[in-house]
Amino acid sequence: MIVSRRTKEKLIIAALVALTGAAVAPLFWIIGSIVWNGISVMSLEFLTSLPAPFGSSGGGIGNAILGTLIINLFASGLGIPLGILTGIYLAEYAHDSRMGSTVRTIVESLSGVPSLVIGLFAFTLIVLSFRHYTGVAATLALGIMMIPLVAKATEESMRVVSDDLREAGMALGIPKYNITTRIVLSMAKGGVISGSLLAFARISGETAPLLFTALFSFYWPTGIDQPMATLQVLIYNYAISGFADWVAKAWGASLLLVLLVITINVAVRYLGRKKYEGA
Amino acid sequence: MNKKSIFFKDSAFKYLVGGSSLIVVAFFVMIFVMLAVRSYPSIANDPLMIFGSTWDVNSGIYGGIPAILGTLASSAIAVALAVPISLGMSVFFTEYAPRRVRAALSIVIDMLATIPSVIFGIWGLWIVAPLVKTYVQDPIVGSIGFIPLFSGPAYGLSLFLASLVLTFMIVPIISSLTISLLSTTPVELREAMISLGATRWEVVRHVALPFSKLGIFASIILALGRALGETMAVTMVIGNSFVWPFSSISLFSPASTITSKIASELYEAVDVLHVSSLVELGLILLVITLLVNSSARLVITRISRRNASG
Repeated sequence: MIVSRRTKEKLIIAALVALTGAAVAPLFWIIGSIVWNGISVMSLEFLTSLPAPFGSSGGGIGNAILGTLIINLFASGLGIPLGILTGIYLAEYAHDSRMGSTVRTIVESLSGVPSLVIGLFAFTLIVLSFRHYTGVAATLALGIMMIPLVAKATEESMRVVSDDLREAGMALGIPKYNITTRIVLSMAKGGVISGSLLAFARISGETAPLLFTALFSFYWPTGIDQPMATLQVLIYNYAISGFADWVAKAWGASLLLVLLVITINVAVRYLGRKKYEGA
Repeated sequence: MNKKSIFFKDSAFKYLVGGSSLIVVAFFVMIFVMLAVRSYPSIANDPLMIFGSTWDVNSGIYGGIPAILGTLASSAIAVALAVPISLGMSVFFTEYAPRRVRAALSIVIDMLATIPSVIFGIWGLWIVAPLVKTYVQDPIVGSIGFIPLFSGPAYGLSLFLASLVLTFMIVPIISSLTISLLSTTPVELREAMISLGATRWEVVRHVALPFSKLGIFASIILALGRALGETMAVTMVIGNSFVWPFSSISLFSPASTITSKIASELYEAVDVLHVSSLVELGLILLVITLLVNSSARLVITRISRRNASG
Protein backbone atom coordinates (compact mmCIF):
# COMPACT_ATOMS: atom_id res chain seq x y z
CA MET A 1 0.00 0.00 0.00
CA ILE A 2 1.36 3.38 -0.89
CA VAL A 3 0.67 5.99 1.75
CA SER A 4 0.44 9.58 0.58
CA ARG A 5 2.93 12.02 2.04
CA ARG A 6 0.19 13.90 3.87
CA THR A 7 -1.17 10.72 5.45
CA LYS A 8 2.35 9.75 6.41
CA GLU A 9 2.78 13.10 8.09
CA LYS A 10 -0.37 12.49 10.14
CA LEU A 11 0.70 8.98 11.14
CA ILE A 12 4.06 10.34 12.22
CA ILE A 13 2.49 13.06 14.35
CA ALA A 14 0.37 10.41 16.05
CA ALA A 15 3.48 8.31 16.72
CA LEU A 16 5.41 11.29 18.08
CA VAL A 17 2.56 12.23 20.41
CA ALA A 18 2.42 8.64 21.65
CA LEU A 19 6.18 8.59 22.32
CA THR A 20 5.99 11.93 24.12
CA GLY A 21 3.17 10.53 26.22
CA ALA A 22 5.31 7.51 27.12
CA ALA A 23 8.11 9.82 28.21
CA VAL A 24 6.07 12.15 30.40
CA ALA A 25 3.54 9.68 31.86
CA PRO A 26 5.97 8.28 34.49
CA LEU A 27 6.39 11.70 36.10
CA PHE A 28 2.66 12.08 36.78
CA TRP A 29 2.39 8.44 37.73
CA ILE A 30 5.26 8.67 40.22
CA ILE A 31 4.08 11.92 41.77
CA GLY A 32 0.52 10.61 41.88
CA SER A 33 1.54 7.40 43.69
CA ILE A 34 3.72 9.26 46.16
CA VAL A 35 1.04 11.78 47.08
CA TRP A 36 -1.67 9.10 47.19
CA ASN A 37 0.32 6.71 49.39
CA GLY A 38 2.31 9.25 51.35
CA ILE A 39 -0.25 11.82 52.41
CA SER A 40 -2.08 9.44 54.78
CA VAL A 41 0.89 8.99 57.14
CA MET A 42 1.65 12.71 57.37
CA SER A 43 1.26 14.06 60.87
CA LEU A 44 3.23 16.11 63.35
CA GLU A 45 4.21 12.91 65.13
CA PHE A 46 5.46 11.38 61.85
CA LEU A 47 7.68 14.39 61.19
CA THR A 48 9.10 14.87 64.67
CA SER A 49 9.38 11.58 66.52
CA LEU A 50 11.71 8.60 66.52
CA PRO A 51 10.69 5.34 64.87
CA ALA A 52 8.45 3.36 67.21
CA PRO A 53 9.82 0.06 68.56
CA PHE A 54 9.22 -2.67 66.02
CA GLY A 55 5.68 -4.00 66.11
CA SER A 56 4.08 -1.05 67.83
CA SER A 57 2.28 1.51 65.69
CA GLY A 58 2.97 5.23 65.51
CA GLY A 59 6.40 6.75 65.63
CA GLY A 60 7.99 8.77 62.90
CA ILE A 61 11.01 9.67 60.90
CA GLY A 62 12.25 12.75 62.75
CA ASN A 63 15.76 11.39 63.19
CA ALA A 64 16.05 10.64 59.47
CA ILE A 65 14.94 14.15 58.49
CA LEU A 66 17.46 15.65 60.90
CA GLY A 67 20.16 13.25 59.67
CA THR A 68 19.67 14.22 56.02
CA LEU A 69 19.82 17.92 56.93
CA ILE A 70 22.99 17.50 59.02
CA ILE A 71 24.82 15.47 56.39
CA ASN A 72 23.72 17.84 53.63
CA LEU A 73 24.91 20.89 55.58
CA PHE A 74 28.34 19.42 56.27
CA ALA A 75 28.62 18.17 52.68
CA SER A 76 27.75 21.67 51.45
CA GLY A 77 30.45 23.04 53.74
CA LEU A 78 32.95 20.90 51.89
CA GLY A 79 31.55 20.90 48.36
CA ILE A 80 30.38 24.47 47.82
CA PRO A 81 33.61 26.33 48.76
CA LEU A 82 35.80 23.86 46.87
CA GLY A 83 33.43 23.99 43.91
CA ILE A 84 33.36 27.79 43.81
CA LEU A 85 37.16 28.10 44.12
CA THR A 86 37.68 25.49 41.41
CA GLY A 87 35.15 27.29 39.21
CA ILE A 88 36.98 30.59 39.73
CA TYR A 89 40.25 28.92 38.81
CA LEU A 90 38.74 27.46 35.64
CA ALA A 91 37.11 30.73 34.59
CA GLU A 92 39.83 33.24 35.44
CA TYR A 93 43.19 31.52 35.92
CA ALA A 94 43.24 28.31 33.89
CA HIS A 95 43.37 29.86 30.41
CA ASP A 96 44.87 27.29 28.11
CA SER A 97 47.58 26.06 30.44
CA ARG A 98 48.18 22.34 30.76
CA MET A 99 47.11 22.35 34.39
CA GLY A 100 43.95 24.19 33.42
CA SER A 101 42.90 21.62 30.87
CA THR A 102 43.79 18.78 33.26
CA VAL A 103 41.62 20.29 35.98
CA ARG A 104 38.78 20.84 33.53
CA THR A 105 38.91 17.25 32.26
CA ILE A 106 39.01 15.88 35.79
CA VAL A 107 36.12 18.03 37.02
CA GLU A 108 34.09 16.79 34.05
CA SER A 109 35.10 13.18 34.64
CA LEU A 110 34.24 13.50 38.33
CA SER A 111 30.67 14.46 37.43
CA GLY A 112 30.38 11.21 35.48
CA VAL A 113 31.63 8.94 38.27
CA PRO A 114 28.64 6.94 39.56
CA SER A 115 27.52 8.10 43.01
CA LEU A 116 27.88 4.54 44.27
CA VAL A 117 31.58 4.56 43.37
CA ILE A 118 32.12 7.84 45.23
CA GLY A 119 30.40 6.27 48.24
CA LEU A 120 32.65 3.24 47.83
CA PHE A 121 35.64 5.58 47.93
CA ALA A 122 34.47 7.13 51.21
CA PHE A 123 33.86 3.63 52.53
CA THR A 124 37.35 2.40 51.63
CA LEU A 125 39.01 5.57 52.91
CA ILE A 126 37.15 6.14 56.18
CA VAL A 127 34.91 3.23 57.14
CA LEU A 128 37.46 0.49 56.41
CA SER A 129 40.30 2.46 58.00
CA PHE A 130 38.49 3.23 61.25
CA ARG A 131 36.30 0.10 61.27
CA HIS A 132 33.29 2.25 62.04
CA TYR A 133 30.29 3.44 60.05
CA THR A 134 30.15 7.20 60.30
CA GLY A 135 28.36 10.27 59.03
CA VAL A 136 31.76 11.76 58.19
CA ALA A 137 32.21 9.31 55.33
CA ALA A 138 28.76 10.18 53.98
CA THR A 139 29.61 13.87 54.21
CA LEU A 140 32.83 13.34 52.27
CA ALA A 141 31.05 11.38 49.53
CA LEU A 142 28.21 13.87 49.06
CA GLY A 143 30.63 16.82 49.30
CA ILE A 144 32.76 15.40 46.48
CA MET A 145 29.60 14.93 44.42
CA MET A 146 28.75 18.62 44.80
CA ILE A 147 32.14 19.90 43.60
CA PRO A 148 31.75 19.41 39.82
CA LEU A 149 28.17 20.75 39.87
CA VAL A 150 29.11 23.94 41.74
CA ALA A 151 32.36 24.38 39.80
CA LYS A 152 30.58 24.14 36.45
CA ALA A 153 27.87 26.61 37.47
CA THR A 154 30.49 29.05 38.81
CA GLU A 155 32.70 28.80 35.75
CA GLU A 156 29.83 29.23 33.31
CA SER A 157 28.30 32.20 35.06
CA MET A 158 31.69 33.93 35.41
CA ARG A 159 32.48 33.38 31.73
CA VAL A 160 29.44 35.28 30.56
CA VAL A 161 30.62 38.39 32.43
CA SER A 162 31.84 40.79 29.76
CA ASP A 163 35.62 41.22 29.39
CA ASP A 164 35.05 44.99 29.22
CA LEU A 165 34.52 44.97 32.98
CA ARG A 166 37.73 43.04 33.62
CA GLU A 167 39.65 45.39 31.33
CA ALA A 168 38.11 48.45 32.95
CA GLY A 169 39.26 47.09 36.31
CA MET A 170 42.77 46.47 35.03
CA ALA A 171 42.92 49.97 33.51
CA LEU A 172 42.13 51.36 36.96
CA GLY A 173 45.01 49.33 38.38
CA ILE A 174 42.81 47.08 40.52
CA PRO A 175 44.67 43.89 41.47
CA LYS A 176 43.41 40.73 39.81
CA TYR A 177 42.01 39.10 42.94
CA ASN A 178 39.92 42.19 43.52
CA ILE A 179 38.67 42.23 39.94
CA THR A 180 37.80 38.56 40.26
CA THR A 181 36.01 38.72 43.60
CA ARG A 182 34.53 42.22 43.65
CA ILE A 183 33.58 42.61 39.98
CA VAL A 184 33.31 39.27 38.16
CA LEU A 185 32.13 37.11 41.04
CA SER A 186 29.62 39.66 42.20
CA MET A 187 28.16 39.82 38.69
CA ALA A 188 28.04 36.02 38.59
CA LYS A 189 26.61 35.69 42.10
CA GLY A 190 23.14 34.61 40.92
CA GLY A 191 24.49 31.72 38.89
CA VAL A 192 26.76 30.57 41.71
CA ILE A 193 23.89 30.57 44.21
CA SER A 194 21.55 28.73 41.81
CA GLY A 195 24.23 26.17 41.07
CA SER A 196 24.90 25.58 44.76
CA LEU A 197 21.19 25.18 45.53
CA LEU A 198 20.74 22.71 42.67
CA ALA A 199 23.75 20.76 43.92
CA PHE A 200 22.17 20.72 47.40
CA ALA A 201 18.93 19.40 45.90
CA ARG A 202 20.83 16.80 43.94
CA ILE A 203 22.66 15.33 46.95
CA SER A 204 19.45 15.38 49.00
CA GLY A 205 18.20 12.57 46.80
CA GLU A 206 21.41 10.58 46.63
CA THR A 207 21.07 7.27 48.43
CA ALA A 208 23.75 4.93 47.14
CA PRO A 209 26.71 6.75 48.76
CA LEU A 210 24.98 6.62 52.17
CA LEU A 211 24.15 2.91 52.35
CA PHE A 212 27.55 1.80 53.63
CA THR A 213 28.82 5.09 55.07
CA ALA A 214 26.18 6.70 57.30
CA LEU A 215 24.35 3.37 57.39
CA PHE A 216 21.18 3.84 59.48
CA SER A 217 20.09 4.35 63.06
CA PHE A 218 16.86 4.24 65.02
CA TYR A 219 17.97 7.01 67.37
CA TRP A 220 18.55 10.74 67.24
CA PRO A 221 21.93 11.66 65.75
CA THR A 222 24.47 12.12 68.57
CA GLY A 223 27.46 13.14 66.49
CA ILE A 224 28.64 13.40 62.90
CA ASP A 225 31.12 10.59 63.61
CA GLN A 226 28.31 8.14 64.41
CA PRO A 227 26.07 6.10 62.10
CA MET A 228 23.07 8.25 61.21
CA ALA A 229 19.61 7.75 59.80
CA THR A 230 18.81 9.63 56.58
CA LEU A 231 15.56 10.04 54.69
CA GLN A 232 17.03 8.39 51.61
CA VAL A 233 18.28 5.23 53.33
CA LEU A 234 15.08 5.07 55.38
CA ILE A 235 13.04 4.99 52.16
CA TYR A 236 15.20 2.15 50.83
CA ASN A 237 15.25 0.09 54.03
CA TYR A 238 11.55 0.52 54.76
CA ALA A 239 10.43 0.02 51.15
CA ILE A 240 12.21 -3.31 50.75
CA SER A 241 11.25 -4.51 54.26
CA GLY A 242 7.78 -5.59 53.16
CA PHE A 243 6.12 -4.68 56.51
CA ALA A 244 2.98 -2.71 55.71
CA ASP A 245 3.60 -0.07 58.39
CA TRP A 246 7.19 0.50 57.27
CA VAL A 247 6.25 0.62 53.59
CA ALA A 248 3.61 3.25 54.38
CA LYS A 249 6.25 5.28 56.22
CA ALA A 250 8.60 4.90 53.25
CA TRP A 251 5.92 6.48 51.05
CA GLY A 252 5.55 9.33 53.53
CA ALA A 253 9.30 9.87 53.55
CA SER A 254 9.31 9.78 49.72
CA LEU A 255 6.67 12.51 49.66
CA LEU A 256 8.85 14.69 51.90
CA LEU A 257 12.00 14.05 49.88
CA VAL A 258 10.33 14.79 46.55
CA LEU A 259 8.78 17.96 48.01
CA LEU A 260 12.22 19.12 49.19
CA VAL A 261 13.97 18.38 45.89
CA ILE A 262 11.24 19.77 43.64
CA THR A 263 10.74 22.91 45.74
CA ILE A 264 14.42 23.81 45.45
CA ASN A 265 14.44 23.13 41.71
CA VAL A 266 11.27 25.10 41.02
CA ALA A 267 12.51 27.99 43.16
CA VAL A 268 15.84 28.12 41.33
CA ARG A 269 14.65 27.54 37.79
CA TYR A 270 11.31 29.26 37.56
CA LEU A 271 11.01 31.82 40.32
CA GLY A 272 14.60 33.01 40.16
CA ARG A 273 16.00 34.72 37.13
CA LYS A 274 15.81 32.39 34.16
CA LYS A 275 19.10 33.92 33.02
CA TYR A 276 21.30 31.06 34.12
CA GLU A 277 20.59 27.76 32.44
CA GLY A 278 22.00 24.97 34.59
CA ALA A 279 22.17 21.48 33.11
CA MET B 1 48.02 50.14 51.32
CA ASN B 2 51.51 49.42 50.11
CA LYS B 3 52.38 47.64 46.92
CA LYS B 4 53.87 44.64 48.63
CA SER B 5 50.67 43.63 50.40
CA ILE B 6 48.63 43.92 47.21
CA PHE B 7 51.11 41.68 45.45
CA PHE B 8 50.95 39.25 48.35
CA LYS B 9 47.17 39.11 48.35
CA ASP B 10 47.09 38.70 44.60
CA SER B 11 49.37 35.70 44.58
CA ALA B 12 47.77 34.26 47.73
CA PHE B 13 44.41 34.26 45.97
CA LYS B 14 45.94 32.65 42.90
CA TYR B 15 47.41 29.88 45.04
CA LEU B 16 44.09 29.50 46.90
CA VAL B 17 42.08 28.81 43.75
CA GLY B 18 44.86 26.76 42.15
CA GLY B 19 45.32 24.77 45.36
CA SER B 20 41.59 24.05 45.62
CA SER B 21 41.61 22.76 42.06
CA LEU B 22 44.52 20.49 42.95
CA ILE B 23 42.56 19.14 45.92
CA VAL B 24 39.76 18.21 43.52
CA VAL B 25 42.29 16.50 41.24
CA ALA B 26 43.69 14.68 44.28
CA PHE B 27 40.22 13.42 45.24
CA PHE B 28 39.79 12.02 41.75
CA VAL B 29 43.15 10.26 41.81
CA MET B 30 42.50 8.96 45.33
CA ILE B 31 39.26 7.31 44.18
CA PHE B 32 41.32 5.06 41.90
CA VAL B 33 44.10 4.53 44.41
CA MET B 34 41.79 3.62 47.30
CA LEU B 35 39.64 1.27 45.23
CA ALA B 36 42.77 -0.41 43.88
CA VAL B 37 44.32 -0.72 47.34
CA ARG B 38 41.18 -2.15 48.88
CA SER B 39 40.59 -4.64 46.09
CA TYR B 40 44.15 -5.91 46.40
CA PRO B 41 43.29 -8.85 48.73
CA SER B 42 40.93 -10.19 46.09
CA ILE B 43 43.37 -9.61 43.21
CA ALA B 44 46.25 -11.14 45.18
CA ASN B 45 44.12 -14.14 46.10
CA ASP B 46 43.22 -14.93 42.50
CA PRO B 47 43.35 -12.24 39.84
CA LEU B 48 40.90 -14.11 37.62
CA MET B 49 38.33 -14.98 40.28
CA ILE B 50 36.27 -11.85 39.63
CA PHE B 51 35.73 -13.12 36.06
CA GLY B 52 34.18 -16.35 37.27
CA SER B 53 30.50 -17.19 36.98
CA THR B 54 29.72 -18.20 40.58
CA TRP B 55 29.21 -15.86 43.52
CA ASP B 56 28.91 -17.89 46.68
CA VAL B 57 29.57 -16.04 49.91
CA ASN B 58 29.46 -19.19 52.05
CA SER B 59 32.20 -20.93 50.06
CA GLY B 60 34.20 -17.73 49.56
CA ILE B 61 33.88 -17.78 45.78
CA TYR B 62 33.35 -14.36 44.24
CA GLY B 63 32.86 -14.45 40.48
CA GLY B 64 31.37 -11.25 39.13
CA ILE B 65 30.54 -12.09 35.53
CA PRO B 66 26.75 -12.34 36.02
CA ALA B 67 26.76 -8.91 37.71
CA ILE B 68 28.95 -7.36 35.00
CA LEU B 69 26.76 -8.86 32.27
CA GLY B 70 23.65 -7.71 34.15
CA THR B 71 24.98 -4.15 34.24
CA LEU B 72 25.74 -4.20 30.52
CA ALA B 73 22.46 -5.90 29.53
CA SER B 74 20.12 -3.74 31.63
CA SER B 75 21.81 -0.54 30.39
CA ALA B 76 21.82 -1.66 26.77
CA ILE B 77 18.12 -2.58 26.86
CA ALA B 78 17.28 0.69 28.62
CA VAL B 79 19.16 2.72 26.01
CA ALA B 80 17.49 0.79 23.17
CA LEU B 81 14.05 1.58 24.66
CA ALA B 82 14.90 5.16 25.58
CA VAL B 83 16.27 6.23 22.18
CA PRO B 84 12.98 6.07 20.21
CA ILE B 85 11.02 7.62 23.10
CA SER B 86 13.50 10.48 23.54
CA LEU B 87 13.93 11.17 19.84
CA GLY B 88 10.16 11.08 19.34
CA MET B 89 9.62 13.55 22.15
CA SER B 90 12.46 15.80 20.98
CA VAL B 91 11.16 15.96 17.41
CA PHE B 92 7.63 16.62 18.67
CA PHE B 93 9.01 19.32 20.97
CA THR B 94 11.09 21.17 18.39
CA GLU B 95 8.92 20.77 15.30
CA TYR B 96 5.27 20.35 16.21
CA ALA B 97 4.49 21.43 19.75
CA PRO B 98 2.82 24.81 20.28
CA ARG B 99 4.68 27.22 22.55
CA ARG B 100 2.63 26.48 25.66
CA VAL B 101 3.05 22.74 25.26
CA ARG B 102 6.79 23.29 24.86
CA ALA B 103 6.95 25.24 28.10
CA ALA B 104 5.02 22.51 29.93
CA LEU B 105 7.15 19.75 28.40
CA SER B 106 10.41 21.39 29.41
CA ILE B 107 9.20 21.60 33.02
CA VAL B 108 8.24 17.92 32.89
CA ILE B 109 11.66 16.94 31.50
CA ASP B 110 13.43 18.97 34.20
CA MET B 111 11.31 17.42 36.95
CA LEU B 112 11.84 13.87 35.63
CA ALA B 113 15.59 14.44 35.76
CA THR B 114 15.20 15.69 39.33
CA ILE B 115 13.31 12.74 40.85
CA PRO B 116 15.79 10.82 43.03
CA SER B 117 16.70 7.29 42.05
CA VAL B 118 15.35 5.79 45.28
CA ILE B 119 11.91 7.25 44.44
CA PHE B 120 11.98 5.51 41.05
CA GLY B 121 12.87 2.44 43.09
CA ILE B 122 9.93 2.50 45.50
CA TRP B 123 7.58 3.26 42.61
CA GLY B 124 9.02 0.43 40.52
CA LEU B 125 8.92 -2.01 43.42
CA TRP B 126 5.41 -1.39 44.76
CA ILE B 127 3.49 0.06 41.80
CA VAL B 128 5.02 -1.07 38.51
CA ALA B 129 6.26 -4.57 39.43
CA PRO B 130 2.83 -6.12 40.14
CA LEU B 131 1.35 -4.52 37.00
CA VAL B 132 4.24 -5.64 34.80
CA LYS B 133 3.92 -9.18 36.17
CA THR B 134 0.17 -9.43 35.55
CA TYR B 135 -0.19 -7.52 32.31
CA VAL B 136 3.15 -8.00 30.54
CA GLN B 137 5.12 -10.95 31.84
CA ASP B 138 2.33 -13.47 32.50
CA PRO B 139 0.70 -13.10 29.05
CA ILE B 140 4.06 -13.29 27.29
CA VAL B 141 5.22 -16.30 29.28
CA GLY B 142 1.85 -17.91 28.60
CA SER B 143 2.02 -17.41 24.83
CA ILE B 144 5.67 -17.49 23.75
CA GLY B 145 7.27 -18.74 26.97
CA PHE B 146 8.93 -21.61 25.10
CA ILE B 147 11.46 -19.11 23.75
CA PRO B 148 14.25 -19.09 26.38
CA LEU B 149 14.47 -15.28 26.31
CA PHE B 150 10.85 -15.00 27.49
CA SER B 151 10.51 -18.09 29.63
CA GLY B 152 8.85 -18.08 33.05
CA PRO B 153 8.16 -18.09 35.85
CA ALA B 154 7.38 -14.37 35.95
CA TYR B 155 8.35 -12.80 39.26
CA GLY B 156 7.78 -9.15 38.44
CA LEU B 157 11.19 -8.22 39.82
CA SER B 158 13.47 -8.93 36.88
CA LEU B 159 16.06 -7.74 34.43
CA PHE B 160 13.18 -6.55 32.26
CA LEU B 161 11.65 -4.38 34.99
CA ALA B 162 15.05 -2.89 35.86
CA SER B 163 15.61 -1.98 32.20
CA LEU B 164 12.14 -0.46 32.01
CA VAL B 165 12.65 1.76 35.07
CA LEU B 166 16.12 2.73 33.82
CA THR B 167 14.54 3.73 30.51
CA PHE B 168 12.36 6.34 32.18
CA MET B 169 15.35 7.63 34.13
CA ILE B 170 17.55 8.23 31.08
CA VAL B 171 14.89 9.62 28.74
CA PRO B 172 15.34 13.15 30.19
CA ILE B 173 19.12 13.00 29.56
CA ILE B 174 18.83 12.12 25.88
CA SER B 175 15.82 14.40 25.34
CA SER B 176 17.20 17.57 26.88
CA LEU B 177 20.43 17.34 24.86
CA THR B 178 18.67 16.33 21.65
CA ILE B 179 16.16 19.16 21.97
CA SER B 180 18.92 21.74 22.28
CA LEU B 181 20.74 20.20 19.29
CA LEU B 182 17.65 20.04 17.07
CA SER B 183 16.80 23.66 17.79
CA THR B 184 20.18 24.76 16.40
CA THR B 185 19.44 23.43 12.89
CA PRO B 186 20.33 26.32 10.54
CA VAL B 187 17.18 28.15 9.50
CA GLU B 188 18.42 28.46 5.89
CA LEU B 189 18.55 24.67 5.48
CA ARG B 190 15.11 24.34 7.01
CA GLU B 191 13.61 27.04 4.78
CA ALA B 192 15.27 25.59 1.68
CA MET B 193 13.56 22.26 2.38
CA ILE B 194 10.20 23.92 3.01
CA SER B 195 10.46 25.93 -0.20
CA LEU B 196 10.93 22.64 -2.06
CA GLY B 197 7.57 21.50 -0.68
CA ALA B 198 8.84 19.18 2.04
CA THR B 199 6.54 18.23 4.88
CA ARG B 200 7.71 18.89 8.43
CA TRP B 201 8.65 15.26 8.90
CA GLU B 202 10.73 15.35 5.73
CA VAL B 203 12.58 18.38 7.05
CA VAL B 204 13.30 16.51 10.26
CA ARG B 205 14.22 13.29 8.53
CA HIS B 206 16.48 14.76 5.89
CA VAL B 207 17.88 17.91 7.48
CA ALA B 208 17.44 18.29 11.24
CA LEU B 209 18.31 14.73 12.31
CA PRO B 210 21.31 14.27 9.96
CA PHE B 211 22.58 17.69 11.00
CA SER B 212 22.68 16.77 14.69
CA LYS B 213 23.26 13.03 14.48
CA LEU B 214 26.74 13.19 16.00
CA GLY B 215 25.48 15.13 19.02
CA ILE B 216 22.52 12.82 19.46
CA PHE B 217 24.95 9.92 19.41
CA ALA B 218 27.00 11.61 22.14
CA SER B 219 23.89 12.16 24.27
CA ILE B 220 23.01 8.48 23.93
CA ILE B 221 26.50 7.48 25.10
CA LEU B 222 26.18 9.88 28.06
CA ALA B 223 22.85 8.28 28.95
CA LEU B 224 24.48 4.87 28.72
CA GLY B 225 27.13 6.03 31.20
CA ARG B 226 24.42 7.17 33.57
CA ALA B 227 22.50 3.89 33.24
CA LEU B 228 25.60 1.79 33.93
CA GLY B 229 26.17 3.49 37.28
CA GLU B 230 22.55 3.77 38.36
CA THR B 231 22.11 2.05 41.70
CA MET B 232 19.04 2.45 43.88
CA ALA B 233 16.20 1.96 41.42
CA VAL B 234 17.96 -1.01 39.84
CA THR B 235 18.78 -2.61 43.19
CA MET B 236 15.15 -2.36 44.28
CA VAL B 237 13.57 -3.87 41.16
CA ILE B 238 16.06 -6.32 39.65
CA GLY B 239 15.56 -9.05 42.24
CA ASN B 240 19.27 -9.42 43.12
CA SER B 241 19.72 -12.99 42.09
CA PHE B 242 22.49 -14.76 40.28
CA VAL B 243 20.00 -16.87 38.31
CA TRP B 244 20.56 -14.76 35.21
CA PRO B 245 22.27 -15.41 32.80
CA PHE B 246 23.66 -18.89 33.45
CA SER B 247 20.65 -20.76 34.88
CA SER B 248 18.13 -18.87 32.80
CA ILE B 249 18.66 -16.27 30.09
CA SER B 250 15.05 -15.09 30.33
CA LEU B 251 14.55 -11.33 30.50
CA PHE B 252 11.92 -12.08 33.13
CA SER B 253 14.22 -13.78 35.60
CA PRO B 254 15.72 -11.89 38.53
CA ALA B 255 19.27 -10.75 37.83
CA SER B 256 21.93 -8.58 39.43
CA THR B 257 24.16 -5.71 38.44
CA ILE B 258 27.49 -4.49 39.79
CA THR B 259 25.66 -1.71 41.59
CA SER B 260 22.92 -3.93 43.04
CA LYS B 261 25.55 -6.37 44.26
CA ILE B 262 27.51 -3.67 46.07
CA ALA B 263 24.45 -1.86 47.42
CA SER B 264 22.84 -4.98 48.83
CA GLU B 265 25.91 -6.79 50.20
CA LEU B 266 28.65 -4.36 51.19
CA TYR B 267 27.19 -3.18 54.51
CA GLU B 268 26.91 -6.71 55.82
CA ALA B 269 30.13 -8.10 54.33
CA VAL B 270 32.63 -9.16 57.00
CA ASP B 271 35.04 -11.43 55.15
CA VAL B 272 38.03 -9.48 53.76
CA LEU B 273 37.82 -11.34 50.47
CA HIS B 274 34.11 -10.55 50.19
CA VAL B 275 34.65 -6.82 50.82
CA SER B 276 37.59 -6.61 48.44
CA SER B 277 35.74 -8.47 45.69
CA LEU B 278 32.88 -5.98 45.96
CA VAL B 279 35.35 -3.09 45.85
CA GLU B 280 36.99 -4.67 42.81
CA LEU B 281 33.59 -4.81 41.10
CA GLY B 282 33.26 -1.09 41.88
CA LEU B 283 36.65 -0.45 40.31
CA ILE B 284 35.54 -2.31 37.16
CA LEU B 285 32.38 -0.17 37.08
CA LEU B 286 34.43 3.01 37.49
CA VAL B 287 36.69 2.08 34.56
CA ILE B 288 33.73 1.16 32.32
CA THR B 289 31.81 4.39 33.05
CA LEU B 290 34.87 6.59 32.61
CA LEU B 291 35.61 4.99 29.24
CA VAL B 292 32.01 5.48 28.14
CA ASN B 293 31.81 9.07 29.39
CA SER B 294 35.14 10.13 27.92
CA SER B 295 34.20 8.76 24.52
CA ALA B 296 31.01 10.84 24.66
CA ARG B 297 33.09 13.89 25.60
CA LEU B 298 35.44 13.27 22.66
CA VAL B 299 32.48 13.42 20.29
CA ILE B 300 31.16 16.59 21.96
CA THR B 301 34.58 18.28 21.67
CA ARG B 302 34.66 17.40 17.99
CA ILE B 303 31.24 18.95 17.46
CA SER B 304 32.09 22.18 19.25
CA ARG B 305 35.31 22.43 17.20
CA ARG B 306 33.34 21.91 14.01
CA ASN B 307 30.84 24.56 15.08
CA ALA B 308 33.61 26.97 15.99
CA SER B 309 35.37 26.56 12.64
CA GLY B 310 32.19 26.35 10.53
